[in-house]
Amino acid sequence: MELVIAAAIGILTASGVWLILRPRTYQLVIGLTILSYAVNLFIFSMGRLRVNASPVLNGHGPVDPTAYTDPVPQALVLTAIVIGFATTALFLVVLIVLRGLTGSDHVDGREG
Amino acid sequence: MWHSGLLVVLVALPFAGAVLASLLSPNARNAEAWLAGTVTAVALLITATAYTSVTDGEVIRHSVQWVPTLGLTITLRMDGFAWLFAVLITGIGLLIVIYARYYMSPQDPIGRFYAYLLAFMGSMLGLVLSGNLILLAIFWELTSIFSFLLIGYWHHNQSARDGARMALTITGAGGLCLLVGMVMLGQMAGSYDLDKVLAAGDVIRSHHLYVPTLLLILAGALTKSAQFPFHFWLPNAMTAPTPVSAYLHSATMVKAGVFLLTRFWPVLSGTPEWFTLVGIAGLTTLLLGAYFAIFQHDMKGLLAYSTISHLGLITSLLSFGSPLSAVAAIFHMLNHATFKASLFMAVGIIDHETGTRDMRRLSGLFSALPYTATLAMVASASMAGVPLLNGFLSKEMFFAEAIEEHQYSLLDRAAPYVATIAGAFAVAYSIRFIHTVFFGPKAKDLPQEPHEPQRWMRRPVELLVILCVIVGIVPAMSIGPFLHTGVIAVLGERTPEYSLSIWHGFNIPMLMSVVAMIGGGLLYWRLRKYLQVCEEGPPYFRRLKGQRIFERILITVSWRWARTVESVLATRKLQPQMRLLVVSALLAGVWAMWGSGDVLPELSLHGLDPVLGVLWAIGAFCAVAAAYQAKFHRLAALILMSGTGIATCLSFVWLSAPDLAVTQLLVEIVTTVLILLGLRWLPKRSPEISKRIDGTTRLRRHRDFALAVAAGLGTAVLAYFMMLTSPPSSVGDFYLNNAYSQGGGTNVVNVILVDFRGFDTMGEIVVLAIVGLTVFSLLRRFRPAEDNKGLPYQQKEQEEFDSVRRDREQGETLQDYLLVPSVIMRWMFPVIILLAAYLFVRGHDMPGGGFAAGITMAIGFLLQYLAGGTRWVEDRLRILPVRWIGTGLLIAALTGAGSFVFGYPFLTSYFQYTEIPYIGKMPTASALLFDLGVFSLVVGATVLILIAIAHQTLRIRSRAVRASGDGGHG
Repeated sequence: MELVIAAAIGILTASGVWLILRPRTYQLVIGLTILSYAVNLFIFSMGRLRVNASPVLNGHGPVDPTAYTDPVPQALVLTAIVIGFATTALFLVVLIVLRGLTGSDHVDGREG
Repeated sequence: MWHSGLLVVLVALPFAGAVLASLLSPNARNAEAWLAGTVTAVALLITATAYTSVTDGEVIRHSVQWVPTLGLTITLRMDGFAWLFAVLITGIGLLIVIYARYYMSPQDPIGRFYAYLLAFMGSMLGLVLSGNLILLAIFWELTSIFSFLLIGYWHHNQSARDGARMALTITGAGGLCLLVGMVMLGQMAGSYDLDKVLAAGDVIRSHHLYVPTLLLILAGALTKSAQFPFHFWLPNAMTAPTPVSAYLHSATMVKAGVFLLTRFWPVLSGTPEWFTLVGIAGLTTLLLGAYFAIFQHDMKGLLAYSTISHLGLITSLLSFGSPLSAVAAIFHMLNHATFKASLFMAVGIIDHETGTRDMRRLSGLFSALPYTATLAMVASASMAGVPLLNGFLSKEMFFAEAIEEHQYSLLDRAAPYVATIAGAFAVAYSIRFIHTVFFGPKAKDLPQEPHEPQRWMRRPVELLVILCVIVGIVPAMSIGPFLHTGVIAVLGERTPEYSLSIWHGFNIPMLMSVVAMIGGGLLYWRLRKYLQVCEEGPPYFRRLKGQRIFERILITVSWRWARTVESVLATRKLQPQMRLLVVSALLAGVWAMWGSGDVLPELSLHGLDPVLGVLWAIGAFCAVAAAYQAKFHRLAALILMSGTGIATCLSFVWLSAPDLAVTQLLVEIVTTVLILLGLRWLPKRSPEISKRIDGTTRLRRHRDFALAVAAGLGTAVLAYFMMLTSPPSSVGDFYLNNAYSQGGGTNVVNVILVDFRGFDTMGEIVVLAIVGLTVFSLLRRFRPAEDNKGLPYQQKEQEEFDSVRRDREQGETLQDYLLVPSVIMRWMFPVIILLAAYLFVRGHDMPGGGFAAGITMAIGFLLQYLAGGTRWVEDRLRILPVRWIGTGLLIAALTGAGSFVFGYPFLTSYFQYTEIPYIGKMPTASALLFDLGVFSLVVGATVLILIAIAHQTLRIRSRAVRASGDGGHG
């Protein structure tokens, strides 16, 4: 299971890195989004992969932490997802405005 | 008994006055002057009443805890010496406030002037009353900043801006050195408390860090007091309004440097290093300043160099290290402030009345300004050191000290000669100042006909001149006790016997004075003709201008070097920068893993469910395909990207993270819609271009591909390693244990977000709000590129179809677009709202929460836009996203602040369970209210972003319709 997730993180990172090195703004947006999937999965996996052990407490009695998954990476990733959306939106708008201003969708605002 | 809390009032009052002054109408000259005058008078009164508590070496202290763990307390401390300065600052300040009322022209924005002046006064009071080294450094920098603002007060004037910048650069840099010096001093003494530092003199002088500390503190003090080689900023600061020059650059701020040297004199002085460094600076400044002053044509320039020279005199006295010379130094600080402030104000009067300060043009003003002339003559006689005036007394003390042997060296032996020559120069420039301006033939071509000024413009000068005379004639009876109070505070038990009488018999200092008088007189007589015609600046030194050197250094460092570094290291292209980032990240990763001795764990598919495997086979394929298609097939790339997103989302479900899955799914929807809306504004791109790729492009692609593979491989290995090691004990256990007992919720992730780490979430939603508003404002002025202006070709095609068919109206096809789904979407609206409410309410205990609910709600709105179009929705629904954002922020902040009411820190939560009919037990934690804020803000920000983009199409269309309506059908 770990191997699959690690490989997935790797492939997503590679796709994202490839895209953020490209010259078109749209490629950059897609690249950043894919990269953020990879990063979110990576941070999430810091809490180790657990099946059937969600961090929702079962009853109100004393808690055995080993029965649950680590909630901290999850809280971090939850924040990261929302912030990721905000930055994607901001970047998308910047690229639209850049395109309107310069007429080019090159990351430098001009070809070449 | 004087209450020590009044010290806080004393420092805070001018700042409060400054705020008030800046709020008044800029033209209310009288109101402003009354305000500033009252504030200053009250400060003076407070200072005056403190006198009985500081005599005989007593000290008033007042401490407020600031950062106790770092040993930082705001300690205000007034001893006799600080008291003397406080009187100087508030007393001369009051005179300046009155004088400035008449000096400043009605066109000047007077509110700003008084605000800066008062703020400066507060900083200066804070500086002299600081009982803590760090606090002292802070007030020190504040005086630099307000001095900068005051010099640049007439900021439409280029030279004022240059002078202000130079003063700030030099005194500010000195201030930074001082801060470091103060930290080192505090470390050596073991405390930042001034009293403790003053008591630790022996430790400090024998410490191995003594010399560097001394150098740093001297860098601060000498820059501030305009001592050689940092003297050149002061003449350039004369572009300030004259009241400012009189106040800051003669009486108070430049005295801060010598104040500091005197303050730490008991701790730092007496070593050979002190004597050499301070002595060279002081004596050089004394001599050069006096020499330069002779050759100035601007009256203020002359006074500026004279100030530099007199400060050099004080510095020299402090360098000698004997208690008697310290007495003389303190005495001269007071005397110099009195006569120099009055001289500056007199120059201000002359400038005000004649319109010029150029001594080559001014002549024979005595008949027009007899009163001012007399005052100026007395004051400049004091500056020259004429008997029966206060300047004479301290100068005699200086001469007497210069003869004494302190630390045997060439410098020490040269001191008496330097002193006498500088004395002669002082006589020469003082005579020139009076003789050229007030005597000789009457000047003809003055810009204005001079008259005696208003009474209240003269009063401050009169008062100071009278003080010069009184102190000069009966020193022991007038200034004596006050001076003693100041001296005893600095010297303590080392206070020597000294006599303030004006006659000490025929002795060597007397002889030196006589030589200086005669020599100075003769010198002026010889130079008289030359001075009328010569260039500005002293012979031989004219070319060597500190200002020019300073500017050259500034240009070299901030322009040439910066440009060189930029051209070598920087690029304006994004791609090389990104590549650099990726390569550094790779190298950092390799460096960290290299040689750690870890062996890659065996690759095993243990515990793998084939479904997860298939899921990620699809997810990975989607990611790679999206990367491949993003250039030419944007829509395909977007769909593929979403495929990866879904795979991620399902993995979250699989791996026990329901909250993440919910949020990811919802954000996925919004992101996709967002990018779909953006696609319309991108240029068409056809695959034909790709056939024309050259070698370098191909090479770049191969390199990028290699980088991408390396990055992917590295991350995968790292992730795999980490996942197979057993986790260290995590802070997560604490949250799991306490989520219910302290946060009142069973969904630990949500409890962390809204309760334990609520402050982080607060920051996060603020970011979201800022992004929303930024997007909105960026798009307000959006102009599309040329090829995006018309309708998209799909719409054109549909319109064409309508126009060809006889049975169809124009636009009918477009109207029926997505007919069935749109009906469903409309009907779904209440259901989605209910879903949002459900997600919100259960958030504290079950997966859900404010974020998820907010985005769901936003999607609800969004679907209406998709179904009915922007117009249709906005005819029926008034969504005010900015209000949602504002309400959200307010709720979140108020909930957080609510805990203040109960005496808890910000965002402390409170919870209990309430029985609600039909629904059952509901957690009603204050965190729920906070979550409501999060919800509202997320709705607002998301909707604002999406609507802002969606509206662009509408704007373009209406513009297109308008354009075609104008000329189309004809």
